[in-house]
Amino acid sequence: MQQAQIVEIRNVSFGYDPARPVLRDINLAIPRGSVVGIMGQSGCGKTTLLRIIMGAYFPSTGSARVLGHDTQQLGGDGLYAMRRKMGMLFQFGALFTDMSVYENVAFPLREHADLAPELLNDLVMLKLQAVGLRGAAHLMPTELSGGMARRVALARSIALDPHLILYDEPFTGLDPISFGVIVRLIRDLNTSLGATSIIVTHDVQEALDVVDYVYFMAAGKVIAQGTPDEIRASPEPYVNQFVNGKPDGPIPFHYAAPDYAADLEVVPA
Amino acid sequence: MSRSMIDLWVGVFVALGIGALLFLALKVGNLATFSTNQTYQVEAKFANIGGLKVRGPVKSAGVVVGRVATIRFDTESYEAIVSMTIDLSYQFPRDTTAKILTSGILGEQYVGLEAGGDGVMLKQGDRIRLTQSAVVLENLISQFLFNKAAEGKDEKK
Amino acid sequence: MIGAGPLRSRFERLGNTVTSQVWRLGYASRFLVYLVMHSGTAFRRFRLTTAEIYFAGVLSLIIILVSGLFVGMVLALQGYETLQRFGASESLGVLVALSLVRELGPVVAGLLYASRAGSAITAEIGLMKATEQISAMEMMAVDPIARVVAPRFWGGVISMPLLAALFSAGGIFGGYLVGVQLIGVDAGAFWSQMQAAVDVRNDIMNGVIKSVVFGVAVTWISVFEGYDAIPTAEGVSRATTRTVVTSSLAILALDFVLTALMFTGGNH
Repeated sequence: MQQAQIVEIRNVSFGYDPARPVLRDINLAIPRGSVVGIMGQSGCGKTTLLRIIMGAYFPSTGSARVLGHDTQQLGGDGLYAMRRKMGMLFQFGALFTDMSVYENVAFPLREHADLAPELLNDLVMLKLQAVGLRGAAHLMPTELSGGMARRVALARSIALDPHLILYDEPFTGLDPISFGVIVRLIRDLNTSLGATSIIVTHDVQEALDVVDYVYFMAAGKVIAQGTPDEIRASPEPYVNQFVNGKPDGPIPFHYAAPDYAADLEVVPA
Repeated sequence: MSRSMIDLWVGVFVALGIGALLFLALKVGNLATFSTNQTYQVEAKFANIGGLKVRGPVKSAGVVVGRVATIRFDTESYEAIVSMTIDLSYQFPRDTTAKILTSGILGEQYVGLEAGGDGVMLKQGDRIRLTQSAVVLENLISQFLFNKAAEGKDEKK
Repeated sequence: MIGAGPLRSRFERLGNTVTSQVWRLGYASRFLVYLVMHSGTAFRRFRLTTAEIYFAGVLSLIIILVSGLFVGMVLALQGYETLQRFGASESLGVLVALSLVRELGPVVAGLLYASRAGSAITAEIGLMKATEQISAMEMMAVDPIARVVAPRFWGGVISMPLLAALFSAGGIFGGYLVGVQLIGVDAGAFWSQMQAAVDVRNDIMNGVIKSVVFGVAVTWISVFEGYDAIPTAEGVSRATTRTVVTSSLAILALDFVLTALMFTGGNH
């Protein structure tokens, strides 16, 4: 069944602590086949949103429809079935440290499909080739650099040819070359798998180069959305400060503090 | 550590562990004795069993021939009924005496069987007629003192 | 009268602590039930459990055997001192064997196991949680409790009785070395009196039952604390400490209860 929207978030509110909502009445739609970025300052709720899409948490109000199903109406089995069609790249890779690169990529294949060893081997090599790390198959995760670990994790997340790939801060802490590699991979994989990708990040410039559409979040709400060009030219002051990296603007430089003169006169106890 | 090495070491470990258990059961404990043999049960009544305990030994001529199975109290005759399990390879005549004796001076108490001369042997469920109760230390002492006092009186006469 | 003030707030905090501990125990119990019900994978793919028997059991072998040996040797030394004052030095074998098989084997092996293997299990699971490996597994539609926690639980439960038996065996051997070879107690008396006094059902079997109970308790605490740890460095270190402390207390408390049930209760 072909849906136009892979993910539909409607009027979702959520908070880990009911008294302090992290997401307030948020609305989002992710069209099939696109690469969408969800951006914002740290703490704006984008990682929480990702977790709701994943089905790890359920919205307090509103609904989250992913791959044609409302996450709240799926039972445990339904959730697992949904997740088999998704792949997620965690911030630092989250590779299983007691297994080699090969074993890590083979993990989802072994757990969910009963394959002959030759077929399994071919698939694992295929995925590693796609991320350019076929030669590293025998290494252990502790022997990999950060960028390489992330690429292996990416290979692992596409092992089952998912329809939806989620990226949680994929660019954090990478050197420029690894950076370029990840950027290229996100785009290429999306096309070759015929999938949809959602990137949650605060690396603005880089992300704007790779995505088709952007949702800008602040304080649990979507305050701007559009194509990368529209976002770059946005008149919205907060978006402006963020995109151009200005130290002072709607998010002030100074943390809230009492009168400066008063602090200078008082001798600390 | 490769898969087969892990399997090997786990196998060694489990084998050692089971070996230790067997060692404990056979060399340290008393598995090799009685419990596997065929036995039969007999009963005996005693006026006083002293410190006899369940699982205490039943000996004849100093050799362990059985174990005390249960100890009950008979509310009709106000005596103790001791039930013993005896190895089937040891047959005793019907007029065997059962006494409650002590190992050493202050040791544990056991049932001593002295064979009689009857041609018919004890069977499963039989009762030993001739019994001698345990010697109670207090009675012994009071008897001794009583005898001493009586002797003293006789001398004075 | 208890009104407002520091005394009252102390009581409130005490009540709070007790309730939260009871709540946590309930949560841990549900965790155990879930774990046992989802143990199919741990047994169908026994390789996973075998690997855990290696990490919990085989790697504890050295410390268990050496400790057992030393404990047995000390028992013989200390025991001989006291027994020979009553002319009962030939009962040394009985002393060593009963002490080990009934009490020291299960308890000391349990404590050593909790410190070595239990803390390692907690740290491992806690770190997997902290580095998002558990979440990654959930995202790949694999139940982490069935795949990661259950094999570790059963690996520990299987290893513990074997370790306790090895401890006791090592201790008896150590007692033999010191008692017979070093001090000169008669070897025949050493073994024969031991055999007469140690009963397979009452002593050895009860000792094994104790070690099984300890194994379940310690491994349950280890996997639970690991799974429930706060996913930071400090959180994992706290969880590891909690494992060792709670396991040790649990072993000693359970030992009391089991000993009271098994070894006392009159002579009939």
